[in-house]
Amino acid sequence: MENETVLRVSGLRTEFRTDDGILTAVNGVSFDIAAGETLGIVGESGSGKSATCLSVMGLVPSPPGRVVSGSAIFDGRDLLNLPPEELRQLRGKEITMIFQDPMTSLNPFLRISTQLTEHLVLHERIPKKEALERAVEMLRRVGIPEPEKKILRYPHELSGGMRQRVMIAMALLPRPRLVFADEPTTALDVSVQAQILELLRERKAEMGLSLVLVTHNLGVVAGLADRVIVMYAGMIAEDAPVSLLFARPLHPYTRGLLDSLPDPEKPRGNELAGIAGTPPVPIALPDACPFAPRCFRAADVCRAKTPQLETRHDGTRVACWFPLDGGAV
Amino acid sequence: MKPIMLEVTDLVKHFKSPGGLFRRAERVMALDGVTLSVPEGETLGVVGESGCGKSTLARAILRLHEPDSGRVTIHGTDWTALKRKELGRKRVEAQIVFQDPYASLDPRMTVESTLSEPLIIHRKRNGLRMNASRIGDRVAELLTTVGMSPAFAKRYPHEFSGGQRQRIGIARALALNPRLLLLDEPVSALDVSIQAQVLNLLARLQRDLGLTYVFISHDLAVVRHISDRVAVMYLGRVVELSPADPLYRKPLHPYTKALLSNHPVPDPVRERSEKRRRERILLPGELRPRRPEDRGCRFRERCHLQTELCGRVEPALEEKEPGRFSACHHWDNV
Amino acid sequence: MSDNVKPSENTPVKGNSLMRDAIRRLGKNKLAVAGGIAIVFFILVALLAPWIAPYRYDAIDLPNQYLSPSWHHPFGTDSLGRDMFSRVIWGSRVSLAIGFVTAAVALAIGVTWGAVAGFAGGKLDQAMMRFADVLYGLPFMFFVILLMVIFGRSFYMLFIGIGAVSWMTLARITRGQIMSLKNNEYVEAARSLGASPFRIVFRHLLPNALGPIIVYVTLTIPGIMLDEAFLSFLGLGVQAPMTSWGLLASDGKNAITSYPWLILFPALTLSVVLFSLNFLGEGLRDALDPSSRNRS
Repeated sequence: MENETVLRVSGLRTEFRTDDGILTAVNGVSFDIAAGETLGIVGESGSGKSATCLSVMGLVPSPPGRVVSGSAIFDGRDLLNLPPEELRQLRGKEITMIFQDPMTSLNPFLRISTQLTEHLVLHERIPKKEALERAVEMLRRVGIPEPEKKILRYPHELSGGMRQRVMIAMALLPRPRLVFADEPTTALDVSVQAQILELLRERKAEMGLSLVLVTHNLGVVAGLADRVIVMYAGMIAEDAPVSLLFARPLHPYTRGLLDSLPDPEKPRGNELAGIAGTPPVPIALPDACPFAPRCFRAADVCRAKTPQLETRHDGTRVACWFPLDGGAV
Repeated sequence: MKPIMLEVTDLVKHFKSPGGLFRRAERVMALDGVTLSVPEGETLGVVGESGCGKSTLARAILRLHEPDSGRVTIHGTDWTALKRKELGRKRVEAQIVFQDPYASLDPRMTVESTLSEPLIIHRKRNGLRMNASRIGDRVAELLTTVGMSPAFAKRYPHEFSGGQRQRIGIARALALNPRLLLLDEPVSALDVSIQAQVLNLLARLQRDLGLTYVFISHDLAVVRHISDRVAVMYLGRVVELSPADPLYRKPLHPYTKALLSNHPVPDPVRERSEKRRRERILLPGELRPRRPEDRGCRFRERCHLQTELCGRVEPALEEKEPGRFSACHHWDNV
Repeated sequence: MSDNVKPSENTPVKGNSLMRDAIRRLGKNKLAVAGGIAIVFFILVALLAPWIAPYRYDAIDLPNQYLSPSWHHPFGTDSLGRDMFSRVIWGSRVSLAIGFVTAAVALAIGVTWGAVAGFAGGKLDQAMMRFADVLYGLPFMFFVILLMVIFGRSFYMLFIGIGAVSWMTLARITRGQIMSLKNNEYVEAARSLGASPFRIVFRHLLPNALGPIIVYVTLTIPGIMLDEAFLSFLGLGVQAPMTSWGLLASDGKNAITSYPWLILFPALTLSVVLFSLNFLGEGLRDALDPSSRNRS
C-alpha cells in the first residue's frame, strides 16, 4: 500500500483567455501522489493551486479556460484525455472533490438526500433504499447529529459547519481513492475548522485514501499534510516533506511566507519580515524566475532565466538558482 | 496611568430578524452588554467567531448602528448622548477601517476623490481651512504615509491590488487625524505576505501618530502579535479581557482555552505533538443564538467545565487576577 | 524590511475609469455602435431641419398632390402636395424632442422618487412605492386625456402628460438599485466620515446605480415616441400643420392601399430609430454589467 503512486501529473499547463491577454494559471506542473498520502498545496492569489486541482478533475470552465498540455495518469488512464463519459464515471467515484463554499456547491433546490445519493444511484446503479442507508451512515460518521432527519433537509437549513460536513460526506460516500479538498475550511470558524480537520484526519486514516489539500493556511498544512508543494505564479517553487519544509525551507518564497506569519510562541510586536511587493498576475511573464522581483537573493541570472524544478537526492524539489541551503542536487 | 481613550459600558444592540411565512420574527442579541476600555496609545484586540458580535461592536461604537442601550465614551466625550449634528462633527476623532478591500472603496471615485471627501465634508471645521491646493497636498501626504506613491491619486480602485486598496482605506481613515481607529478584520482578506506588510504599516502608524487601536479579528496569531490587551467575545459578551501574553499562556476562560487549542500553529512539530493533541478541546455542538429566556452562562452547553451553578447564574466579567478579567465561575480550573 | 511599495510595481499604466472601460466594451458591440451612429444622425437631421429640408413642411402645392416617390420628392407628396421628405425631416424634431425631453422628465421624477424611497426605507418607502403602484395601475390613455382636458392641449402638456405616466418603472428600478447599494461598505465608510444623507445619495449611490438606469432610459424612449404617435393618431398630440412621425403615419393610414408611401416612409423612419435605441440600450446594459468587468 505504501509507495504505490495513485496519481502522476506531468507537465500540466492550463490557460485562461482574459481581456488583458492569456493568463497561464498552471505553468508546467508535475507531481506524484502516493497511496494514503496527504499532499498539501499552498500558495497565495494567482499561485494556480486551485486551477491545478480543477484541471486534473476536468472542471476548468471551458470558454475562458483550457488545459493546454500535460497528463494526469490515474490507474493507467490519462484523466486529461479521457472521453467525457468515462471521466464523469471516475469523478464522483474514484476521485472526488470538496469545495470551499458549501453554499454555492450544494444545490439549494435539492434535498441533501438527493444530492448525496445521486451518484450512487445513477452511476453505480445501487438501489435507492440502500444508497440512502449508506448516506445516512456516512452523515453519522462525519458528525452530523440525527442524520436520518437532517438528510431530508435542504442546504440552507443547515449551518456552515454542517454544510461542509455534508460536502465531505458527499466526497467520501463513494469510497474514493483520491480526494481533492480546495480550501475546505477557509470559510469556517476556527473551532469548526478544528472539528472538520480532525474529521478529515480520522476518515482518511480509516479509509486509506489519498488527500490533496489546497489551502493558503500554513497552520492547516502543518497539522495535516505529509508532503507540501508551494506554488507561485502557476509554478512549483518547492516540494518537500512537511517537517523539512517548515524547519529548513529551500526556496526564498517559502522562507518569506513563513516569516510573514505572526507566531504565538514567538515574542510579540516585532516587525514581521514578510515579502515586499505583490504576487504577479501570470500574463505574459518573461523568461525569468517569477519571484525575482520580490526576492532578497535575486541576482542577474534570476531575472534572465526561469529556474527549473530540480530533484534532490532526498526527493525534495526546488526551483531556484540560489536555494537557501547553498544548493547541491 | 494613561488616560482612557475608549470606554464602552454595557453596550446592547439587538436586531430583529424578520419573520417569514413559516418563521416567527426573532430578536437576535448581537451585543448583550459589552464592557471594555482602551487606554490611549494602546491596541485592544477583539477576537471571537461568527455570531460573537465583534463586527457589530465596531459599528455600534461609532453609532453606524445605533446602540439600544449602554454608553460609549471616546476621548472624554459621551458619543451615545451626542445629537446628530454634533456627532457628525465629532466623527473626526474616531474612524474605521473595513475588512473587504474590494467593497470599502467607491468604485466610481478616484483615490484622490476618496481621500478628499473627509476633508471636504469637514472643511469648515475649527481651523481646518481646506482649499483645493491644501487638499491636494494632504492627499499626497496621506498616500506617502501609507507607503504609496502620490502619483496613484488619479487612479481608480479596480486598478489596485487588495493590499493597496487596504492601504487606501487606511489613508482615508487617517485623513482627519483621528485619535481612535477601529479596524474590522483589516487583513483577513489579504494574502499572507501582504498581511505582514499591512500589519507592519499599522504598527508604524501607531508609533508615529500615537493612535489607539481596536483590532478586531478571528485570527488569534495576528491579534496576539499586534495587541496590548485582548478581549474574547462569545455570543454578544466579553468573556475574557486580559493583557495579550498572559491570555495566550494561561487563559482564564474555557472558551479562550478551546480557541487557542484549535488555532492551527504553523509548525508541524508543535502542531502534531502529543501535548497539543492532548490539549485540543473540540467544542461539541454548534453555536446557538441566545434567547431572552435563557439563564446562566451562555457558554455552558459547550463547556467542559460546566456545573449546575453555571446553569443558574450568569457569571459577570470580573477582575480575577490583577489586570485580568474573566466571566467564568471556574476560571481557576481552566 | 521596508513596507514601501514601488510605484511601478503591478499597477497598470493607464488611468482607467470604469466609464472608459464600459465605452471600450461598447465599442466592440457592432449593433450598439450602429444604433448609436443612427441616433446621432437623426439628432443632427432634427437640429439642421430648417437648412436641409428642401421644402417647408407647410408648403402646400395642390397641383402636385399624391405624387409617388421621385427625384424631386424622394418620399412623394401628400394630399396637399406637401413634400413628404421635408415633412419627415421636420417631423423628426417633434418626435425626437418628445422622446428625449419626456424621457428626461420621467428620469428626473423617477430617479428622485426612487432614490428617496430606497434610501429612506421603512414606512416612507412603502408609502411612496404604493403611490407609484397605484399610478401604474391607472390606464395610461385615460390619464393623459384627463390631463389634456383639464390643462388644455399644448406641446408642453404632451411632455408632462407622457412623462407623468412613464416615471414609475424608473422609480422602481432606482429604488431597487439604491437599496442594494446602500449596504455596501463604502457607504458605511462615507457615514463614518460624517457624510450627510444628501452626499451619500448623490455622490455615492446614484453614480453607482446609473448603469441600469441609463439602460432603462434608452429603452423607454422608444415607448415614449410610440405613445406620442398613438396620441397623435387620436388627434390629441401635435397640431397641424406641424407634424410628427406619428402624425404622419396617422394621416397616411387612410390611404394605405392607394398611396402607400404616405405611411411607409414615416413608419420606416420611426422603426429605424426605435431599433437603434434598442440596440444601443442593450449594448449599454452589457457594457455596464459589473460582472463582466475586469477583476483586479
